[in-house]
Amino acid sequence: MATLSFGGFLTFAGFLSRFWPSTITGLVLGAVYALVALGYTLVYGVLRLINFANSEVFMLSAFGSFLAIEVLNVPQRLTGGGDPVKTGWELIGILALCLVVSVVIGGLSAVVVERVAYRPLRQRNAPRLVFLISAIGASFAISEAVGEWGPQQRDEYALTKFFKKQQLFKVFGADVYNANVIVVVGAAVMALALVLFVSKSRVGRGIRAVAQDAETAKLMGVNVDRIILITFLVGGLMAGGAAFLYEIHTPFARYDVGFSIGIKAFTAAVLGGIGNVRGALLGGVLLGLIESWGSSLFGSDQNIGNVAAFVTLVLVLMVRPSGLLGESLGRSKA
Amino acid sequence: MEQPLLKVDHVTMQFGGLVALDDVDFSIEQGEILGLIGPNGAGKTTLFNVATGVYQATAGQVRFEGRNLAKTERHKITKLGIARTFQSIRLFPDMTAIENVMVGADAHHTTSVLSAMFHLPKHKAEEKQGLKRALELLEFMGIADRGDDAARNLPYGYQRRLEIARALATNPKLLCLDEPAAGFNPAEKIELMGLIRAIRDQGYTVLLIEHDMSLVMGVTDRIVVLDFGKKIAEGTPAEIRADRAVIAAYLGEPADAS
Repeated sequence: MATLSFGGFLTFAGFLSRFWPSTITGLVLGAVYALVALGYTLVYGVLRLINFANSEVFMLSAFGSFLAIEVLNVPQRLTGGGDPVKTGWELIGILALCLVVSVVIGGLSAVVVERVAYRPLRQRNAPRLVFLISAIGASFAISEAVGEWGPQQRDEYALTKFFKKQQLFKVFGADVYNANVIVVVGAAVMALALVLFVSKSRVGRGIRAVAQDAETAKLMGVNVDRIILITFLVGGLMAGGAAFLYEIHTPFARYDVGFSIGIKAFTAAVLGGIGNVRGALLGGVLLGLIESWGSSLFGSDQNIGNVAAFVTLVLVLMVRPSGLLGESLGRSKA
Repeated sequence: MEQPLLKVDHVTMQFGGLVALDDVDFSIEQGEILGLIGPNGAGKTTLFNVATGVYQATAGQVRFEGRNLAKTERHKITKLGIARTFQSIRLFPDMTAIENVMVGADAHHTTSVLSAMFHLPKHKAEEKQGLKRALELLEFMGIADRGDDAARNLPYGYQRRLEIARALATNPKLLCLDEPAAGFNPAEKIELMGLIRAIRDQGYTVLLIEHDMSLVMGVTDRIVVLDFGKKIAEGTPAEIRADRAVIAAYLGEPADAS
């Protein structure tokens, strides 16, 4: 990539040559954004509230998988200190462990956030603004607490150490690694499960009913508090899954890892139309692609990608103020 | 006499300085159609909201099968057996007609979230049953042909009837209808009267708030009349039709003109 050293700007021809690789990077990023965006959009649907602490649910889940490996002393047990790279069943075992731990921590922490930061306010009929402050407060409190008293940063037991990136195949000349495939397929499976859950199941019907008219839902016998709790739980599970997929690519977890992911995922939800499940998925993938294309077009710097992503958001909202697919809260087809 | 299904026991309802209901007292017996009428602003809807547990009475209480509703959470009131429709239609607009009814049917389903997530047999059975019930109710209300349409796309008359179907899906002991004929033409009103009778014949008790006198007179067993938050009369349609206080309230004649 000699062109990259020219003060950051790439020729258009250079961009074309990097188009497919950056598309794959973008899809991987977008898959993570999309899953986290689901948490924002679901909670917004039932409460009309941006749960800023969703990004911290993501962060806690990311740490969770590292801690699980550390606490269980997985590398020592498996190799007695030898080559950390695992294959076959050992690798699948580690991945499964991390996934389960991430998802459980994600679900639990989201439920705790709802119980501690929001439900008490709801019971006292607090004004909307108070919820917002509580959301921001919860986010900072969790992140800073982990930074101050918690693990702050962990890389010793990063998933990437056990996991050897292997090129599986090429798409238009771009290398596709096993890690890419796991992330995209994993995210697609989780997203599909969620869409089916919301559109087909009884609880999903309850979630949509509350999203469309919470008061009426209550009078029809829907236990709204329970539905809200489940919504947080499901959003947390998605954030947990996203954290696991993120860790496959990222060699560390840090107390502030949720911040940028959270902002992007929230942006993705707004881009697609907040409250709209399919919108969050579309927004996430688009945002990942735009960010990745942006950084390969204008230079390798990550910040340029961010600029491209947010400029796109502003442009889209100028034309479609309610997002690409609109704020169709709880639409029948999710 | 056995215990009434719903007892409105000397209920007073104040909003700040405004007395919306003043010592209103009546009861609804099992299996009857009770009409609640009164001029605009008489307190019908307020009473309706107190009776269905939306508002808590300032004084007095509402007992459903002897149980004080003020001490019951709202979503549990439905489970006790009170269902309602709304004067201004409040369906779930983006859900299909079938789904709207199924939300009502869900009220008495018992399976947990986990069994829903993992599609356990009991949950499946309940889902199937709920769907079957929803289709039956749409059929009964005569709107089954549009079951898969989003509620927002249904014609007005369908939406009104869908609200009744959704309320019936909760298996209520008491069905409260808040001006179900609002916006209906005479033919639709006659059809609705038939439906309300058919609902009663299936064993439901009905509380009907209505503006339209011909509908109320034609379908109810007993009528309670409110005016300025007070009960001014109670009796059979024939008695109410002849009641001077009622005529005065509706026509604006002085009540002591006798």
